[in-house]
Amino acid sequence: MKVHVDMSICLLHGQCVIAAPEVFSFDDAGGLVWVTEIDDSQVADAEAASDACPEQAIILG
Amino acid sequence: MADPRITIVGASLAGLRTAEAVLAELPQARIMLVGDEPHAPYNRPPLSKDSMEALAGGQAPRAEVFEKLLLRSKIMPGQIEMRLGVAAAGIESGNVRLEDGALLRSDFVVAATGIRPRRMPMQGAADRRHVLRSFDDAEALAQAMRPGAQMVVIGAGFIGCEIAATARKLGLHVTVVEPAPQPMLRALGHRVAAAMAALHRRHGVTLLTGRSVETFEAERVILDDGKALEADVIVEALGSRPNTEWLAASGADLSDGVLVDDRMQAIGAQNLLAVGDLARFANPLFDDLPRRVEHWCVPGQTAKRAAATIAARVSGGAPAPDFAPMPSFWSDQYGMRVQAFGAPALAETQTVVEGDLTQIGVAPIVVEYARGDHLVGVIGLGAPPALIARYRARLMDALCAPVTA
Repeated sequence: MKVHVDMSICLLHGQCVIAAPEVFSFDDAGGLVWVTEIDDSQVADAEAASDACPEQAIILG
Repeated sequence: MADPRITIVGASLAGLRTAEAVLAELPQARIMLVGDEPHAPYNRPPLSKDSMEALAGGQAPRAEVFEKLLLRSKIMPGQIEMRLGVAAAGIESGNVRLEDGALLRSDFVVAATGIRPRRMPMQGAADRRHVLRSFDDAEALAQAMRPGAQMVVIGAGFIGCEIAATARKLGLHVTVVEPAPQPMLRALGHRVAAAMAALHRRHGVTLLTGRSVETFEAERVILDDGKALEADVIVEALGSRPNTEWLAASGADLSDGVLVDDRMQAIGAQNLLAVGDLARFANPLFDDLPRRVEHWCVPGQTAKRAAATIAARVSGGAPAPDFAPMPSFWSDQYGMRVQAFGAPALAETQTVVEGDLTQIGVAPIVVEYARGDHLVGVIGLGAPPALIARYRARLMDALCAPVTA
């Protein structure tokens, strides 16, 4: 599954980092980074992250 | 109960997430989602901020503003039934009676009707008094928010403060009237609330704390000390009341929202569950006192829990025994993010662990909240998410550690 974050609407709430720490994280500069291609074991967490995003910025597909 | 009939009343975030979660657990369930608003489920937090700015400035057409708020959903057309624009009238023998007379036969009813704004009981100034909860409320308020207009906000909770900040950005003159000594006092505690007061004053808000509204005249708000405030637009931001009237005959405890157990099952009503702002539940991370929690993340958390409960009851199994979601809320004011984890409102003491409260809005601040010796919350003020994440982890460790009395 592919993971995309629309950075034009992301407001760095960080809820995805909490819900799916293996997929989303902050880099040293405080920016959001993520794994763009995830395996099946990470899908549930990524979906939880997508649901938890207050800006609906996470697109899975 | 091969194909259980599940009626979800309330078609906002909590109702939608419940429908999704039930479908995921029970693909054969017959789900009916009912909502009193005519709109498809949408997201409310931007209503006091970006959406209001866009609507007021006329920068974007109404449809475009609403489009951005629509909640994306995994539900495919035809997977559930939806009845929008009709409210529930009552519960009859465990089924839901709608205001248009229809009776929805239900094996389970999920209450997701949320809250509505409290209003001031006094008459007067009806042509300029607003509340903010729905998209329609936001639209009506935004139309009145013209640059140079005099706005009086009654209540300095999060909604009132966010509206004040947006109104300042739009060039209105803003006075906020609050009976408590500081804005957002219960949620933030004295020291942080005082810093927030300073932030609002620095941005030109006239903040009148320790004051309440006595009466409304045609174009003025009269305070308890006799002061008269000219008002082109008045916002009542006095907190909320749970929408539980339709549940009067359900047998549930409705003394504040719907009292539920840790499975979102209503106490006293066999086939009723409650989710979102309505659900009053105890969180074992803190204590055993049931509380309603009006945070954005609660609908998602309680929806999953309710769906697991329904699935377990249909199949005869039991859901996982513990439900201890980490509370989280945020507010954006003057471009500064207030981000909280845990339950700062339960704290007795606050410790600034990063930055300096006099630098609010200028430099990052992190404040830890404790009850007795135990950390119960953390709040970041304009703090980078990665920094708050570290303190959230520290809080999580503290809350999950066994308590030694």
